[in-house]
Amino acid sequence: MTPEITLAPPKRKRAPSAPLLLLRDPMTALALGYLILIALVAILGPMFMADLAAKPNFRARNLAPFTLEQGWAFVLGADTLGRSLLARLVVAARTTLGIAVCAVMCSLVLGGLLGLVAGYGRGWLSAAILRVTDIVMSFPSLLLALIVLYSLGPSVLNLVIVLAVTRIPIYLRTTRAEVLEVRQRMFVSAAEALGASDTRIIFRHIAPIVIPTLLTIGAIDFATVVLAESSLSFLGLGVQAPAFTWGSMVATGRGYLANAWWIAFWPGLAILLTTLSLNILSSWWRTYSDPHQRWRLELPRGGRGTKEKRS
Amino acid sequence: MTGARTPLVAVENLTVDFHSGAGSFRAVEGVSFHVDPGETLVILGESGSGKSVSSSAIMGLIDMPPGEIVTGRILYEGRDITHLTEAERAAFNGSKIAMIFQDPLSHLNPVFTIGWQLAEVYTAHGKCDRAEARRRSVEVLRRVGIPDPETRIDWYPHQFSGGQRQRIMIGMAIALDPKVLIADEPTTALDVSVQGQVLELMRKLQREDGLAIIMITHDLEVAASMADRIVVMNQGNIVERGEARQVFARPRHAYTRRLMSALPDHDAKAERPESTAEPILEVRRLTKYYGLPAGAEPRPAMKPAVGDVSFTLRKGQTIGIVGESGSGKSTIARMLLRLTPTTSGEVLFHGEDVLAMDRRRLLAYRRRAQMVFQDPYSSMNPRMSVFRIISEPWIIHPDILPKAKWRDRVAELLGLVGLRPEHADRHPHQFSGGQRQRIAIARALACDPELIVCDEAVSALDVSIQMQVIELLADLRERLGLSYIFITHDLPIVRDFADRVLVMKSGRLVEEQETEALFRRPREDYTRMLVNAAPKPKWEVEPGAARPAERAATERVGG
Repeated sequence: MTPEITLAPPKRKRAPSAPLLLLRDPMTALALGYLILIALVAILGPMFMADLAAKPNFRARNLAPFTLEQGWAFVLGADTLGRSLLARLVVAARTTLGIAVCAVMCSLVLGGLLGLVAGYGRGWLSAAILRVTDIVMSFPSLLLALIVLYSLGPSVLNLVIVLAVTRIPIYLRTTRAEVLEVRQRMFVSAAEALGASDTRIIFRHIAPIVIPTLLTIGAIDFATVVLAESSLSFLGLGVQAPAFTWGSMVATGRGYLANAWWIAFWPGLAILLTTLSLNILSSWWRTYSDPHQRWRLELPRGGRGTKEKRS
Repeated sequence: MTGARTPLVAVENLTVDFHSGAGSFRAVEGVSFHVDPGETLVILGESGSGKSVSSSAIMGLIDMPPGEIVTGRILYEGRDITHLTEAERAAFNGSKIAMIFQDPLSHLNPVFTIGWQLAEVYTAHGKCDRAEARRRSVEVLRRVGIPDPETRIDWYPHQFSGGQRQRIMIGMAIALDPKVLIADEPTTALDVSVQGQVLELMRKLQREDGLAIIMITHDLEVAASMADRIVVMNQGNIVERGEARQVFARPRHAYTRRLMSALPDHDAKAERPESTAEPILEVRRLTKYYGLPAGAEPRPAMKPAVGDVSFTLRKGQTIGIVGESGSGKSTIARMLLRLTPTTSGEVLFHGEDVLAMDRRRLLAYRRRAQMVFQDPYSSMNPRMSVFRIISEPWIIHPDILPKAKWRDRVAELLGLVGLRPEHADRHPHQFSGGQRQRIAIARALACDPELIVCDEAVSALDVSIQMQVIELLADLRERLGLSYIFITHDLPIVRDFADRVLVMKSGRLVEEQETEALFRRPREDYTRMLVNAAPKPKWEVEPGAARPAERAATERVGG
């Protein structure tokens, strides 16, 4: 039996707006709050803490966290040179997020667009796109990054380009696979029969169905990009000292895990929480953007499990 | 029924709930029925009536949770089987009660031979070893009428036709000589000519083994041809029950009466005079080969999907194109709107060749000719609101309507197809199938078209809804002067609606006639077979005798 959804009674209250729904879900609200905080810190923080983050303080070398004897700035402890970890986290937020967001956005947009073309088109262009993707994928991405960065010279821009290019195939392949499925659905034929142009079909009918998937992948990919960037930095081809990122902080702290765990722990936690928040938010949005699923969010709290005779 | 005898299977006061985050709904409420050896009980109802849930409960196929049997019990020869353990259930299903499903392709595993799958029935129940199982499987295949079973036992499911696959499913179901066969819409996915043969096979097995059959269907004609007793379900409740003949002849409940009135009535109508209006669409020698590169000549061995089809549609006229699956009828629809490239032929719309139009002319054509698709569940973008769906044509053709008037016009169109203006803000999934098809019609009307091509536009709908949608189309034809091309596999549907009928078979036009003449004096055998394919009520046929037409068909086609 196919469960048929009956119409809501005609005098339905208007559905609550998106921000309201989002705030009603505590986990999502928390995730959003954290991301806003991190974004503000990344924008404003370095103005106040750049000096503190670079200043060695030998009395505070390997200072354990949760002590206030060196002042509030050392509440999260200090690294091997006695620099405040809190200040370094704040300063690194800008570089880390800047690089990761740029790289993820670039690969998402480019991969998505190319995937739409490759999936919708039938001609040589889509074949060419796929073959180039195969070539990129068949290279180990770290090796590719090493070669490119070695020949172009390490810089933040090159780093973003390399990270973006190596991640593009994931978005491209996913988009193409979804487009191939969606374009067979009847509503695409229906739009064509109405006289809709290819551009309209791709962007108005197919893209809205593919985008939530891409955002979910992007949120997960964020962590991968941060870690890839840190391993490149570790090899000396990523962010150049004295600049640093969360990833490179983890990489430096790795050697001291036995006696000063906090050096690697705090930046690691920052990466984890950021990725997790992005994930929660993207899955919320995925549900919200699907009219078929939105009711899950619109349920009144505590109203679950009420008996309702279908009529 | 005498109260003293224990029925073979009895369902008593069954109530099933399904729980979900949104609350729970009651799928069936207080349902009781029983079946005796050698008789057929038909559970008749439309989608969502709970008919499948009640039968799944007998087989223990309801997933719990989310399902929950709130009250009631199920008895097999007086023994309560409502709450069997998994092991007891595994031994019970198949050997005592077996089930066949609507779609034989999705219930047969494509990577194993049918012989392997049949033998598994025996070995899984520990009846015999593989060699013996194979011998028995051949016997079963022979019984269900698969020709040359010794060879075909090693074939894979895709090598059989739909009707044969359903025969194999029936074979698997009866392999262990169960006493009860539950058939859930067993012929819905089949062509009419095959449907009769499968039903006859079930009747034959019933006569030979004294099988009790519980048949679930939404099709009134199928129900009438099979039923000894009938139970009519609506929204989870039994609204009427009784001897089949009584229920069909004198329905008591309002719902049953409404259902019965949806049966196309076969009273002869006056033959309509030939229309002499100007032709709106002229199709000449339309041909389509699949897998043929543009410009290449087809080799003589290739079979066209559509070959040399010609017809003329006049203004205000409706042409029905009828054929079974694979007859090329949907390909014609797609070619008429240039959704599929054409191999050769001409489609003249008001004298202009559609196939030679450039982009600009094609856009203008697609405003005047519209299409309504088969499946209202997939023909609308699930992420768009009804308002956006209906107003999309006005974005594509900006000259139809200024934006300020969109709201009013959408409300007007929704009213025209029998929906309410406030439905505009909802999404497609909030509507039933019939309502969705109305939205699809409203979208087609938004362009002010002259011609609407309906490709199986009512096939996915329940019978009573089918008639409503067809009445709506007929009404719009009068009010707006539309012309239709109405494509369907169901010949009786077009009788009241179409002026002319084209019968297609394997890509060829078999017969073209004025509708009433076609029904009264079909010229070709194939058309005659289609006209007579609708199952006849059981009580009008001598009990025990196969119908001559069906017997002949079984012998001729053999599957």
